[in-house]
Formats: sequence, C-alpha cells, structure tokens
Amino acid sequence: MTIDFRHSQSAHCENGSTSNLLRYYGVDISESLAFGIASGLFFAYMPFMKHNNLAATSFRPLPGMIFKRTAASLGIKIYRKKFRSKEASMTALDQALDQNIPVGLQVGVFHLTYFPRPYRFHFNAHNLVVYGRENGQYLISDPVMENVESLTYEDLMRVRWARGMFEPRGQMYYPVEVPAEIDLPRAIIRGIRKNCRDMLSIPFPFFGVKGIRYVSRDIKKWPEKLGEKKAPLYLGHFIRMQEEIGTGGGGFRFIYASFLQEASKILNKPRLRELSQAMTEVGDRWRDFAVIAGRIIKKRNSDAETYPAMSAILSEIADREHLIFSELKKTIP
Amino acid sequence: MKREQVPQDDENLMDGRGRELCYAVDENGNYVQVLSSGWAPKNAALLQAWAQINEEAKEALIRVKAGKVSPLAFFMARGMFDVALLSAYLDIPKRNIRAHLEPDNFRHLDDAMLGKYAEAFNISVDELVNWSETANILLKEKWSEFLRKDSRRDGDE
Repeated sequence: MTIDFRHSQSAHCENGSTSNLLRYYGVDISESLAFGIASGLFFAYMPFMKHNNLAATSFRPLPGMIFKRTAASLGIKIYRKKFRSKEASMTALDQALDQNIPVGLQVGVFHLTYFPRPYRFHFNAHNLVVYGRENGQYLISDPVMENVESLTYEDLMRVRWARGMFEPRGQMYYPVEVPAEIDLPRAIIRGIRKNCRDMLSIPFPFFGVKGIRYVSRDIKKWPEKLGEKKAPLYLGHFIRMQEEIGTGGGGFRFIYASFLQEASKILNKPRLRELSQAMTEVGDRWRDFAVIAGRIIKKRNSDAETYPAMSAILSEIADREHLIFSELKKTIP
Repeated sequence: MKREQVPQDDENLMDGRGRELCYAVDENGNYVQVLSSGWAPKNAALLQAWAQINEEAKEALIRVKAGKVSPLAFFMARGMFDVALLSAYLDIPKRNIRAHLEPDNFRHLDDAMLGKYAEAFNISVDELVNWSETANILLKEKWSEFLRKDSRRDGDE
C-alpha cells in the first residue's frame, strides 16, 4: 500500500517534512516559506549549558516548532502524539497509513540505517515522512535525502524510540484539517514579526543578535580559557551546528534570505527583496567565519586567520543582523 | 552565496548516500536550490569530531586490553554512549551497566544481555564478543583518519 506522496528534497528535515506534508493536502508552500512562517531563524549560545562538554549553540528554535508554528499560522489543525509503548506507536502508524494518511515522525539518527554513517550521532530531532508499506518495508520520504528510502518494522521502531536528549517517544504528526482558504500573507507577516522579536528583543544575552555578540566577545578568550586542544573542539562544534546537514548553508541565513525573496513577491513589498540580499551577504560572512574556523581546526590557518579575526566577523554579523531585523520591523510594522 | 560558488568538496562523508541541498542565488539574484557534495570547513569539523571520538575509543581500548575495564568501555566511547544513555537504551539500571564494565562480570554475561548491548551499539553479538577484531575494523573507517592524512588538498577556497 502506497500513498501518492511527492518526495521533495530540502535542506532542513523539519521544514522539508512540513512542506512535503502540507503539499500533499494542497497547501503548496516551499521549504523557505515554511521556515519563514515558523520564524525559523534563531541564534542561541549558552556556554553554561554543556552538551558532550561543548557549549550549547543553536541556529534554530526547539525541535517541533517549525511544523507546529507553520500549521498554526496557516490555520491548519494537526494531530500530534507521543506514546507510552513501542508497539502502540507502530499500530497507530499502521492505522494512519491504512487510511492513506502520510505520517510525519520524529526520529533519532544514531540507528537510522540509510543515513550517512559519519552523521550518525545521538541526535533525536530528525524528521521524516512515512508514506506507505510494501513487502514488509516502510516507505520513507526523508527530506534531507536525495531519494526515497525504506526501513523494516524493527528499524523504524528503533529510531522512533531513540533515547537521550529530545527523546521522540514515537512522536507522530500530520495535518487533520486544512481550511478552504489559506491566508498566506497574514502568516508571512506574523512569521516575520515574531522572528524580529526573537532576534532583537529577548531580554537575555544568550539569544538572537545579543547571543551573536556574546560569542563574538567569548570566542577571543577560547584559546586562553579552554587551552590549545579544547578551543578547536569548541570551534568544530560551532561550525557543525552552523553548517551540518540541514541549514542550507550559513546557519539558515540563505534559507531565510530565500524566504524574504518569496515574501517580497507575495506581499508585493520590494523592500523585502533588498533585505533578502542583505541577508545573503550576512550568510556569506557566516561562511567566511567558518572558513577561518575550518583552517584553525586543520592547523592550516594563516597569521591573519585567528580567534580575534573570527570575533571581528561575528561582531560585524551581529551589527548587520541587528540592522536587517530593525529594517524588517519597519517594513512589516 | 552564488550558484557557482556552491562547494563540491567531496570527502565521501555522505557515505555514498547522495548530496545535500543548499540555497544560493543565480545570475539574476534569484534564489535557487543547488546540491552540494560537501564543504571543506564543515568536513573538517565533522572529521575533527570523529578524530576526537576515536581518540577516546583508543584510550578505552588500551584500558580494555590491560584488563582494567570490560570491552563495553570501548564500544561506549566509540558509540558516544555514557552510562545513562546506555541504561536508557537497554532499559536496565545504571548500576548494572557499571557492573558489566568490570571484565569479570562481562565474561559471564548471557547471550540475551550481550544481544541487548550489541543492538544498542549497532553491531552483532559476534562482533561484541570478538571485540578486539571489531575494534581494529572500526578504528580503520576512512572518516576516522582525519589528522593522519597530511597529503590532502587544502580545498577550503
């Protein structure tokens, strides 16, 4: 039994499963739109919170937010459930598939058999869509993979019950009610406004533009504070959060720029296209930052490629993003 | 990032599993999706993480071979499991796992318990029992050898 589901690759798994699931119900929104409507751009740096002894860093909101916010903003009702037992979670999945419902799942990647092995960490906030069952195999549309995949019952159950941080506990989700009229402009405006608040107005120094300034100050001290061995590990962790599968490059800045470009057309606001270009330039600066970091990690950095140099780039990025979001706020009051 | 600048620094980290999607602008400044086979700085960060994991796994292996700790220690390091995570996966108390980290206790584990560990570590019971051989194979995975390859091109342009 297969559902006529179109697999379309995306940069980020949750944007992708959101956009692919919504498209199945006739709500044709791109990955960038899903990301922007969900106010997906973020930054958090919390050095007091350690993950594998490395400072917690994030370029995205908490897992699950993209689908939740996008659906809420578009007036789409969703079903979302976590389970107590493994078997119950599989039965619920089978029942949904029997009713021709493609199902979004949160899974861990450590045991995800088709996932590239070098990327199989204990990361439990991956998303995919199951769109059928055939010869004892579940058919999988994993948004970050070029092609569709398949998993056995046991393998699928295992990744749905991954343990550790962000345990999925079999979590599954799908849209249940889609309104006849979708008010896309309203959803876009709300998404931009919230993103301006997240980047500019959270009253703690760890989040948004303030968080970027915080790293910019902190990173200069890493070599002294952490030592020659640990400082590059911090850098590596930071770069992985920024660039690893799922960000579309530059810590989601390019996806957001693509969103602003689409928003400019839909809202008929040329100013958004200009801000999109500014956002692209910031994304390029994040990449410049990563190039220096990569060379330091490989011990191939030139004399100019130093921690203070990275600090200066981050400080410039903070200034630019402050300006962009302030301008966005003016454009979408 | 312009379309033609989308990096294709393939170091086989996608494990032959296709490419990933990036966003870049075309000659008219419009956003397009472009597939990338990798990017040097990000490859470096990923390889660094594995080099670190392997270093810890090797240190564990030395202690296993010296008889100070059971082979579980090696697989835990290599698989990035701490006692708490492993206890969650196996659904057994943490103190049991600490007990199984003693070489003597490990030798007396039954097949059912070995099977549970093997499943969590993503290996077979045979591979767990023949840990020395398995360790050699795992430590030789291509993407573990980051820091030893000096002849590699720079490629971060």
